[in-house]
Amino acid sequence: MPYIPHTDDDVNTLLETIGAANIEALFDEIPAALRVKAGSLEPIAAGMSEMEITRLLSERAALDKRGVCFIGAGAYEHHIPAAVWEVASRGEFLTAYTPYQAEASQGTLQLLYEYQTMMANLMGMEVSNASLYDGASALAEAVLMAVRSQRHNASRHVLCAGTLHPYYRETVQSIVNAQGIQLIEIPFCKKAGTITSDCLKSIGCDEFAAILIPQPNFFGAIEDVDFLTRFAHAKGALVIALVNPIAMALLKEPGQWGDTGADIACGSGQPLGIPLASGGPYYGFLCCKQALVRQLPGRLIGRTTDKDGKTGYALTLQAREQHIRRSKATSNICTNQGLAVTASAIHMSILGFDGLRNVALASHEHNQLLIKTLTAIPGVKRVFETPTFHEVVLHFDKPIKTALNALSQAGVQGGFPLGNTHAEYENCLLICTTEMQTAGDIQHYADVISSL
Amino acid sequence: MSEIPADLKYTDSHEWVRDEGNGVCTVGITFHAQHLLGDLVFVELPDVKKALTAGEEAGVVESVKAASDVYSPVTGTITAINETLASTPELINEDPYIDGWLFKVKLEDEDELESLLNAEEYAEKITEED
Amino acid sequence: MNIFEKSTPHRRALMQAPRASLKTALPAALLRQTPAQLPEVSELQAVRHYTQLSQRNFSIDTHFYPLGSCTMKYNPRGVHKIAMLPDFLRRHPLAPLHESQGILQCLYELQEILKTVTGMSGVSLAPMAGAQGEFAGVAMIRAYHQARGDFARDEFLVPDAAHGTNPASAVMCGYKVREIPTKADGDLDLNALDAALSSKTAGIMLTNPSTLGVFEKQIALIAKKVHEAGGLLYYDGANLNAILGKVRPGDMGFDVMHLNLHKTFATPHGGGGPGSGPVACNDRLKPYLPVPIVDEKDGDYYLLDKSHLPHSMGRLSAFLGNTAILLRAYIYSRILGREGMIRAAEFATLNANYLMHRLQKAGFELAYPKRRASHEFIITLKTWPKQYGVSAMDVAKRLLDYGCHAPTTYFPLLVPECLLIEPTETESKEALDQFVEAMIAIQKEAKTSPDIILNAPHTQPVRRLDDVKAARQLDLVWRKAKPAEIHTEKV
Repeated sequence: MPYIPHTDDDVNTLLETIGAANIEALFDEIPAALRVKAGSLEPIAAGMSEMEITRLLSERAALDKRGVCFIGAGAYEHHIPAAVWEVASRGEFLTAYTPYQAEASQGTLQLLYEYQTMMANLMGMEVSNASLYDGASALAEAVLMAVRSQRHNASRHVLCAGTLHPYYRETVQSIVNAQGIQLIEIPFCKKAGTITSDCLKSIGCDEFAAILIPQPNFFGAIEDVDFLTRFAHAKGALVIALVNPIAMALLKEPGQWGDTGADIACGSGQPLGIPLASGGPYYGFLCCKQALVRQLPGRLIGRTTDKDGKTGYALTLQAREQHIRRSKATSNICTNQGLAVTASAIHMSILGFDGLRNVALASHEHNQLLIKTLTAIPGVKRVFETPTFHEVVLHFDKPIKTALNALSQAGVQGGFPLGNTHAEYENCLLICTTEMQTAGDIQHYADVISSL
Repeated sequence: MSEIPADLKYTDSHEWVRDEGNGVCTVGITFHAQHLLGDLVFVELPDVKKALTAGEEAGVVESVKAASDVYSPVTGTITAINETLASTPELINEDPYIDGWLFKVKLEDEDELESLLNAEEYAEKITEED
Repeated sequence: MNIFEKSTPHRRALMQAPRASLKTALPAALLRQTPAQLPEVSELQAVRHYTQLSQRNFSIDTHFYPLGSCTMKYNPRGVHKIAMLPDFLRRHPLAPLHESQGILQCLYELQEILKTVTGMSGVSLAPMAGAQGEFAGVAMIRAYHQARGDFARDEFLVPDAAHGTNPASAVMCGYKVREIPTKADGDLDLNALDAALSSKTAGIMLTNPSTLGVFEKQIALIAKKVHEAGGLLYYDGANLNAILGKVRPGDMGFDVMHLNLHKTFATPHGGGGPGSGPVACNDRLKPYLPVPIVDEKDGDYYLLDKSHLPHSMGRLSAFLGNTAILLRAYIYSRILGREGMIRAAEFATLNANYLMHRLQKAGFELAYPKRRASHEFIITLKTWPKQYGVSAMDVAKRLLDYGCHAPTTYFPLLVPECLLIEPTETESKEALDQFVEAMIAIQKEAKTSPDIILNAPHTQPVRRLDDVKAARQLDLVWRKAKPAEIHTEKV
């Protein structure tokens, strides 16, 4: 019996102690009419051994094998030092639960405190929580938090840059929908691919609780965050920064935006040591100014002392959370993404700021090289003119399907077809580079396109 | 019992009310309430000038293990809040009836105080609960 | 010492950083001006630091972990290893379908397995945790009522014994919460339910077996009453491990539910996540399931999104939930197979009832002595504070000294000084017996030397921590202490 240690003798001893004739008798409080009918579970196959399932799944994994990946669009392939997951996969991290018994969970607690410090520093913000589920749901929590904390601004409108990742937008919509919060989209400039001052004139909404600014935006372009932050602060609204954490080793961090900095910073922590793995588990980070800390949802770890005055770590401000506050909690969130954050903390420790900056610069350099190499091919041109970080939108004069198929044949995943989310950009690809590709990979990409 | 001063009025939800004259009263939570909650770590108070009706949520007091709403015992307008509690919520534990006061209300109807519990009635109520 | 205190300026793990020219043509106004303070250590220092931190944790791999309501069963290593195969890890979530058939087939088959064990007809794997599954399920119920033009239903019923996430999720969906009391035998108070049901009732959220560790026997009647009032039933799958393969939520009359794969399907808890909370529902609610959903046609697997399911309650994450956790649950369910799943519930229940009887015999008071344990049960130490001056929390801390993780304390809130104990099916008789011995020893200490318990733990890296200080003097981010100012006194 998989993973069940009982011998027949054990079972008999246990039943004798209980005073039950057999295991079935232990279910005698369940009304007979409700019990599973014979055969109901037939569609589920019989069990397999570890050897058999390993073989089956290795075959399935191999089906998805491919060459060089130029897809980004919210999930980015970066090098992960081997030590990161070797250490994160230690049973003591992997198989522990939420650190409710602080004295027996100092490892996880101290690590989360260190993570909070690293993330707050990287964002230039005062505080960070211990993570949320993913970038998109963290953005939804940021929106709820911003509206909740605006005690003197009754508006339930939130301005949302039209350059936000469409899947993020959909996620925010489904989560804040029932609470009467309205997202108002700021249309982007078709020439720049960003939100320009002209874009703000057409929104027709003067009172809003917050503005949501992606950096870099979905098209890979770099927004004028100082301008947008000043605009929102002048209207008494909060600024929510949605940023790529790797980019923040190069670009201006949220804490420095405008005159007083963004109020909330969030995003996907995936680029910091988390494998692509088909979309998860990733984690969402959420940082804010100290003044907003009581509205910050999710777990928080605080440094304190024990009876002897020795430094130790514990969950804190738990009275905001659902297990105490129930219907009045800041959120229904119960877990964070502890394991992913464990990997990220180790990843950031090994790379350090200089390492992350090199990753950001290498990704950006490859982006510049890719733009130069591909736009040299007749029929390939840039769609937006604003400088980009590590993603760019290119227009092809051939059907995108033909290009992607040819690339796929050549062992290249060529990018995200922008027409999937933006119908008006049908023959456009959103192409991502990180430090992972070589100049040779980029040339190979160009050669395939030239040969079409 | 000294923990239930005789000169104050009380509510079922463990607030106390002191008549300050001129139609203004001061509100806090009782010794019993702070004892049940344990060490307080945070207090949320209403905005000054806010109008409240009796029984309406006026704020929140939080300890490490519990959070409890504070209800306005009377109908009126907030005239002052105890701002020192923001940095020193422990005043409520140390001195719930003097330094640990929460807010002051300008009563809409001064007779409303008569409808609240007196010290004896409140003492009886908490003995029942125990 | 923390990792920052171990840092030395300019120390780097150079071989991990890519080569890059350190210049950029981007305008200076867009750039970061000062470096972020991150650790500056060698690779070995990082590995040693975090390995040593790991050793300051209790975990399933190292300790008995009877944390009630959390189902801390063995997380098979083989499952983890397969999910970490490089080709699984490297697949981009937006990779083209023809390069994704391997993973999509696994996810599709997981959906089918979950439908079968829950007795439901639709499944979405999108929710990333139990609480998000709850949110999705309640949002589906809301979408259902609204689609029928029924906008008057603005109340959700939740038993007083429910997990805190239940009322919090209902509120996030815009509902008012009405609490329904529980009777002394642990079942729901049907009179109170009758009084609460009305044309304003959108639905009810129930856990069965309940958080009190007993099976709600009146469930068929409850379902009938709620449905007659026009409401729907939400099943909180937190305790599904107790009844897997024995009774199905769909057969009990529930309309929608979530499953905690990190409990029932043994995916690792990871120090507090990632979890995974797929939702399952009957035909009535299928159109409202969150997207994406995996579908199959002629042996090809593909994703359904809002263009296929226009009434969907929406998207809950940027991609497809916690995919690699779903993959682990799939592998685990294939290893167990149908017989293995039934056995999980059987042996979890056997272990819980054994532990309950042994503790009762040793003089511990059961909260529901007349009931069978489900996969968990509650003992109450309500007489201990007065008798010995010792609380349930003190006992929890003392258990750590005996090498057992503490059971869940102070939940459910209904039972004073309670310990909610869930041994799971993967623990041996010896491990259960050791726990009983520890509890007996602590009982003896309570009578003879309660100070040992009051001052516990004695064997952990730290002694009892000051929670009040942690909250009052909030320290969430480490800051380098300012160097002491040097005073040079002039003579």
